[in-house]
Amino acid sequence: MKIIDCPLNGPRNAQEFICAGEVKQEPSQDAAIDEWADFVFLENNLKGVVHEWWCHVASSYWFVVTRDTATERIIATYRPDEFFASQRQTEGADSE
Amino acid sequence: MPLALLKYGIQRKYKGNRYFPAAKPLRSAYDVVIIGGGGHGLACAYYLARDWGISDVAVLEKGWLASGNTARNTAIIRSNYLTPEGALFYEESMRLWRSLAGELGINLMYSERGHLTLAHTDAAIRTSRWRAEVNQHLGIDSELVGRDELAKLCPELNLSEDIRYPVLGALYHPPGAIARHDAVAWGYARGAMQSGVEIHQQTEVTGIQSLDDGSIELETDRGSISAGQVVQAVAGMSSELARMVGIKLPIRSVPLQACVSEALKPFLDPIVVSGSLHIYVSQSARGELVMGGATDPYPLYSTRSTLDFTEGLMANMLELFPFLENAKVLRQWAGIADMTPDFSPVMGITPVSNYYIDAGWGTWGFKATPVCGSCMAELAATGKAPELIKPFELERFSRMEQVGERGAASVGH
Ligand SMILES: Cc1cc2nc3c(=O)[nH]c(=O)nc-3n(C[C@H](O)[C@H](O)[C@H](O)COP(=O)(O)OP(=O)(O)OC[C@H]3O[C@@H](n4cnc5c(N)ncnc54)[C@H](O)[C@@H]3O)c2cc1C
Repeated sequence: MKIIDCPLNGPRNAQEFICAGEVKQEPSQDAAIDEWADFVFLENNLKGVVHEWWCHVASSYWFVVTRDTATERIIATYRPDEFFASQRQTEGADSE
Repeated sequence: MPLALLKYGIQRKYKGNRYFPAAKPLRSAYDVVIIGGGGHGLACAYYLARDWGISDVAVLEKGWLASGNTARNTAIIRSNYLTPEGALFYEESMRLWRSLAGELGINLMYSERGHLTLAHTDAAIRTSRWRAEVNQHLGIDSELVGRDELAKLCPELNLSEDIRYPVLGALYHPPGAIARHDAVAWGYARGAMQSGVEIHQQTEVTGIQSLDDGSIELETDRGSISAGQVVQAVAGMSSELARMVGIKLPIRSVPLQACVSEALKPFLDPIVVSGSLHIYVSQSARGELVMGGATDPYPLYSTRSTLDFTEGLMANMLELFPFLENAKVLRQWAGIADMTPDFSPVMGITPVSNYYIDAGWGTWGFKATPVCGSCMAELAATGKAPELIKPFELERFSRMEQVGERGAASVGH
């Protein structure tokens, strides 16, 4: 049994969670249909380290999991605010 | 005869009897390169040579022949799909299957068992009726049967009403079949090689470039190869390969597990599927129960097996066949299924010219091996997608034109 460290509930059985796919940037309302089709249907589906939305079903709690899809290792779990703050930091560092 | 045999035995000059012609050295250019030596890639190579006289073809396979999902699937073949596009496509595959063993000269053990999709809820009865109507309209042998009929078709099934999900009826598809998957790959491979096609195992594609003159340059771990046309048929690795040439696909790679029991006396003639219980089962010619269920709950590129899977599967299996409680599971394995959002494949042209894709076969692509091979061969030979596969082109997603087969493809295979 795999254990996932939920930021709200602590370590729980993987069966208590659902995976809802890659963290993606939602297009603006007036974006072209291609951009929406990409958002809705296309996937990076990377073999390697990915960031995904997961939900602890019993408590309806959404959070971000960083996971290696080649090895099935869970690398880190984040509260959403924590995750996006760290994303902004790395983006900032990249652009310098 | 026995005398001749004795003479042959004593003589000690036995003729070698290779099944496959000897492999040729890898060259640096081919008219067509097929990436992936599974059933689909091999069938495409075979039909390129047979139907279009194109034999300057190489199939590149990173492992051994059909080491991917072709070797891991549970071999259920049927055409009782939900959409007219899907049903017609799979029905054409069934037509090809019936004469395939004779044509390839190999025993595919193609066995028409009848296929039962059990319905445990009113909603499932409604979907079954819907499928039966679509199927019958297209000339596919398919009907809704009630409990009495079911008791005759599959007397071993638990039809008790005192269980969590009593069986209310089933969609019955008499031509539903199983086949020996390895033989399918070997038969196509030999047929292709006899026409001059080269199959290179242990050859992994690691990079892909589309050049200005329209040709495609492939990097492999055995040097680079130039190709006039490329057909990609790599199942679970579809997104990774497509990424090399800049194509993004509507695919998630998710493990699908299966297992077999120890050999039991023959007791189960039809193939039995239950969408509500997430299981399907058939009995192989040597008595093993071949069992599978839903895909794993999250994407992954590892073919590890889990206890969660077998535990969940067996709990439901025992609802349908309680007398199996002491039967043992013999082997368990997984393949990486390339799942699409509408449970239909992605086949046809791509934004890259001369680069064709055969992907998104998820948990249901074995049955399509013949028709897919034949259609992809036509596409590579003519540059035009045959009508049969047009609805499945990658572009459909940008037009929001999905071919929704969830009701007929998930779990059911
Ligand atoms: C457990 C399980 C049960 C299934 N049950 C059914 C069923 O009952 N009925 C049904 O119709 N379908 C079923 N399927 C689905 C079916 O197995 C597949 O859709 C089908 O076999 C796909 O065939 P293929 O030739 O495209 O892929 P594969 O057989 O997977 O062949 C692809 C090949 O590409 C090779 N490859 C990958 N990357 C590279 C690279 N970079 N370079 C070179 N080669 C590469 C791989 O090694 C592999 O051999 C099942 C699948 C699984 C996993």
